[in-house]
Amino acid sequence: MKEILEGSHAVAEATRLCRPEVIAAYPITPQTHIVEALAQMVADCRLQSEYICVESEFSALSACLGASAAGSRTYSATTSQGLALMFEVCFNVAGMRLPIVMTIANRAMSAPLSIWNDQQDSIALRDSGWIQLYAEDNQEALDLHILAYRVCEDHDILLPAFVCFDGFILTHTYEPVDMPTQEEVDAYLPAFNPYQRLDAKDPISFGMYATPDYYLEFRYENQRAMLRAKDAISKYGALFGEQFGRDYSGLIEGYKLEDAEIALIAMGSICGTIKDAIDEMRADGKKVGLLKIRCYRPFPDEEIASALSHIKTVAVLDKNISLGSKGAVALEVKDALYGSSIDVYDYILGLGGRDIRKKDIKAIVDLAEKGSGDMFYGLREELL
Amino acid sequence: MGFFLRELRIHGRGGQGSVTAAELIAVAAFQGGVYAQAFPAFGVERRGAPVQAFVRFSNEKIRLRSQVYEPDYIIVQDSTLIADINVFAGMKAGGIAIINTEKAGKYSAPEGVSIITIDATKIALEEIGLPITNTALMGAFAAATGEIEFSALENALKERFEGKLATTNIKASQRAYEMIKGGSA
Amino acid sequence: MPLNIGCTARPGKGRDNKTGSWRVFYPIFHHDKCTGCGICTLICPEGCIEVKEEKKYIPDLDYCKGCGLCAEECPGEAITMEKEEK
Repeated sequence: MKEILEGSHAVAEATRLCRPEVIAAYPITPQTHIVEALAQMVADCRLQSEYICVESEFSALSACLGASAAGSRTYSATTSQGLALMFEVCFNVAGMRLPIVMTIANRAMSAPLSIWNDQQDSIALRDSGWIQLYAEDNQEALDLHILAYRVCEDHDILLPAFVCFDGFILTHTYEPVDMPTQEEVDAYLPAFNPYQRLDAKDPISFGMYATPDYYLEFRYENQRAMLRAKDAISKYGALFGEQFGRDYSGLIEGYKLEDAEIALIAMGSICGTIKDAIDEMRADGKKVGLLKIRCYRPFPDEEIASALSHIKTVAVLDKNISLGSKGAVALEVKDALYGSSIDVYDYILGLGGRDIRKKDIKAIVDLAEKGSGDMFYGLREELL
Repeated sequence: MGFFLRELRIHGRGGQGSVTAAELIAVAAFQGGVYAQAFPAFGVERRGAPVQAFVRFSNEKIRLRSQVYEPDYIIVQDSTLIADINVFAGMKAGGIAIINTEKAGKYSAPEGVSIITIDATKIALEEIGLPITNTALMGAFAAATGEIEFSALENALKERFEGKLATTNIKASQRAYEMIKGGSA
Repeated sequence: MPLNIGCTARPGKGRDNKTGSWRVFYPIFHHDKCTGCGICTLICPEGCIEVKEEKKYIPDLDYCKGCGLCAEECPGEAITMEKEEK
């Protein structure tokens, strides 16, 4: 049923429909409303779940780790500094192959202190072994949570996932979403069937000590699971489409890309603004298209190379910066296109909540056409 | 009906309910069968600081995520803001500005923009007992623009507030709605 | 805001933000009723009530947000709140 609600509440409802058995989170803006809403649902008996109050994000994810290892479907949400405090536990969760789903309400990292949106927080965890999905709107954010549990809990995958949606820009926006029913979600997402679990009667340990004779192989197995996740996301994304009418079989998604000469590449909410800008540029005769990356980990390198084979120029819009290098998305797009004759330009923009308008998208296309890129876009020169 | 996208920008101060106003206007518009999007301009969240909130209305799914720079409508919850901020910035010709003030005629609008003033503070103090003016201004917005039906607004207020808070806010909203409809503001 | 290395800032910037414009109500001090207890200066969240001389407290209306705590707490009822014209 279509209803209008705030993005964070839409995600909280989607999480409820996934029936997490354990939730642990330490509220930090802008993900606050999600866990507030979930706490309320537990208090109102709308959700049968163990809601664990903790004293920090490190503890929140540690509690999730334990709960997941004990065989529970587990959920958390965080952002920016909160995610940074989970850094160590993130690697442990992935290494222990625990299928936890966590919402990231994307936000800038301090210092300078900022509560506003960019994607630096989740990008900084790109090497941690978590699947990373990015939502363009609140419908996608809602849907990707349901998809994420299905993918992560597959015994061929057994990986945790971030579902990333832009802080404030989506978390605090009221817009209509199609909310599935409990029956529909239950039909898509079976009850959690742990591959293995902590059991006093049949004891095992998670996260064992691995000497140099073994560590490399464990990491290799993690990498193989991550690469298998590509097919799993496609498979369960297609199944999602069959059941809910919204297809997520693609790790990437094209918009007016088929006949485009210039392709923009981006992740998250900026894609909506880009689509509106593309419609206007198309009306002026400019053949521009968008390649949206929905799944950043595993990185869809082959999919990107194949989707861009006819393109001359690519402009990557990065809401992050790997300081001392480039934007994280551009780096990997360049790697995916290595050996091709496509010109790839990187634009760092929107950091710390700087608003991005249609005219900015058009200006970036102009810059890319002129061969000017690998730059911060929208700098206030008078401050420098 | 051809494609339309209309935009509202609300200027207020933290604590006056600008964000709630945007949300409830979007809820009411959605009930009226259009796509609506409401979001705040993520400012410093403290009482009294200038804040903005935005609403978009369209007959198609709204993809645009930037803030509103060329509004069709503005609501000014606190007229003291006009001294500090150009609240009229970017307003479209034919636009409507709804200003909370007790001094009708004090403010002049850019060419092509019409101003509707209403003493929402007085209404709020009399009906709710607090100088929180958002619900009165929502009523004025419904009456001045026709973008939302009063009945839809009433439903949205009933969903959001409970008991006496709902009754008093609906009354404030209705009084403002009728004042603007009757042209006696 | 200058782009200082290390995101540093000097103290005292709060004074630049004259919060008085936020008011809906403003306080009127009736000095004839004042007992000089000083509760108003202590309770004011803005810290903007000054003692000019004994039993003469003056609010700084550049910063007074009109919260009304002083009027609420004054034991001598020497402070009343009036609606400000806007």
